[in-house]
Amino acid sequence: MSASTSGAGFGALLARTGRSTVRVESLIVLALLIAAMAILSPYFLSVSNFLNILLATSVIGVLAIGATYVICSAGLDLSLGSVLGFSGVVGALAVDQLGLPWPAAMPACLIAGGFCGLINGLLVTRARIPAFIVTLGMLGIARGAALVLTNGQPVYGLPAELLFLGQGRLLGIPMPVLVFVGVALIAHYVLAHTTFGRYTLVIGDNEGAARATGIRVERHRVKLYVLSGTMAGTAGLLFMARVNAGDPTAGLNYELTAITAAIIGGTNLFGGRGSVLGTFIGALIMGVLQNGLNLLAVQSYYQQMAIGAVLILAVWLDRINAQRLQRA
Amino acid sequence: MSLLALDDVQKRFGHVEALRGVSFGIEAGSVVGLVGDNGAGKSTLMKCITGIYRADAGSISFDGAAIDDLEPGAIRARGIEMIYQDLALAPQQDVASNIFLGREPTRSFLGLSLGAIDRARIEREAERMIERLGARIPSVRYQVGQLSGGQQQSVAIARALTFEPKLVIMDEPTAALAVREVDHVLELIRELRRQGIAVVLISHRLTDVFAVSERIIALRQGQVIADEPTAQTSMNAVVAHIVGAG
Repeated sequence: MSASTSGAGFGALLARTGRSTVRVESLIVLALLIAAMAILSPYFLSVSNFLNILLATSVIGVLAIGATYVICSAGLDLSLGSVLGFSGVVGALAVDQLGLPWPAAMPACLIAGGFCGLINGLLVTRARIPAFIVTLGMLGIARGAALVLTNGQPVYGLPAELLFLGQGRLLGIPMPVLVFVGVALIAHYVLAHTTFGRYTLVIGDNEGAARATGIRVERHRVKLYVLSGTMAGTAGLLFMARVNAGDPTAGLNYELTAITAAIIGGTNLFGGRGSVLGTFIGALIMGVLQNGLNLLAVQSYYQQMAIGAVLILAVWLDRINAQRLQRA
Repeated sequence: MSLLALDDVQKRFGHVEALRGVSFGIEAGSVVGLVGDNGAGKSTLMKCITGIYRADAGSISFDGAAIDDLEPGAIRARGIEMIYQDLALAPQQDVASNIFLGREPTRSFLGLSLGAIDRARIEREAERMIERLGARIPSVRYQVGQLSGGQQQSVAIARALTFEPKLVIMDEPTAALAVREVDHVLELIRELRRQGIAVVLISHRLTDVFAVSERIIALRQGQVIADEPTAQTSMNAVVAHIVGAG
């Protein structure tokens, strides 16, 4: 978005092509990373490795979509990782303990996630408790509930049909990748091109203006937290199907990784700006970085450092851009 | 008959009498300056007109019908637009989006409306609106936050115009602007009048009020203390009304 206002060139082109709010910087960073990895490792550039990256990114990516919506509205959801774990457990128990047929695990995960989101949303809008506190509380509650429900032990023995969702392939493409890309496409369209998305951004940009123009701010916020919880439920379903268990410790600290992906992708932490496509690129940047460093046999501790550095770099670039625009 | 007619409008908050029987009329297509010191009742009066407050007594009619009991949205639909001092714009959204904020035209797909925004139409109509105003905005794709104060004021006015209002109330539209920008906003107000839209200009800047208004209404302690044609009064007389020396 920042570059879209320059009179000519690539920025203007981006602005014309559907004014998608993808930062050029993140695209450049992704391209440079891919180029560097391709030069450094002979194994990097292949379709199967690319699918590997997408597969490794899919669970975090779905979470990051939820994070994007909430952050765009100047909210925050710190409970994403815990809600992921909780929904996976609920889905697994629905099949394993309640004896429901396997397809029931899917709505069970989504409803469990959406329910946590609903509670978050109602507490933020009705009780007027800051989102940071509400979702930090939910981070503890959802994780604790997952551990209580399972006595701290993973729920094994899921039906094979369910595993297909996490381990199967369709036309050679892993199912989680298909789900991730499909959800991302829909979520991108909704955020960038519909009134629902527009109101999300406007509420984050200037809540007073949103109110003055008749947008029902509280109702919209509740919907956003439900959406975010449902995304965590979807991620929980994918995670469960991939590891073949309802693991109560699944998704530990994932919320921070998801938020990192959204911020690297150009989402404004203080609301008002962001796109799912940007977040997708942000998640890919992290995925490529991890995958490449793995192929280069770099210790995983260094990977954490690299991702931390990329996060700071992304926000710094943003700062510089904002200052440049101020002067212009 | 006046476009907007107020008759003995009263409003109290606890034991504070904010409005103590205000009566005046505003003709279609005229520009009226509303002046008064802080706490004189200007804001309360405007909020009664736009439906945010409900008057305790008296009547308000617009375009020949009573509007006292209507909700803000309904009053807006009748043709009264209010532009607040803080403008209520979204700085990270572009000009076109801001102009259509909250009432984006949508496209339907196979008879279904899923809230898909008709971007092309928004840009087209936003451009038309800016053109109609003669506002100096380079492109409707600019983010509002990158525009100057005067340009942002133009966007807020353009947004008010999309409702096809008959009366626009502006709260301190020139208070935060550079001198050169003030002239531009005053020109916009004259343009509204040329298009037959009545304007109520609330301002502390008497030079601006004198520059564009036909009539000046002064409020003091919740009452109309003066209501005179601009041509027949003077800066000194108005100041005297405001501070209570006249």
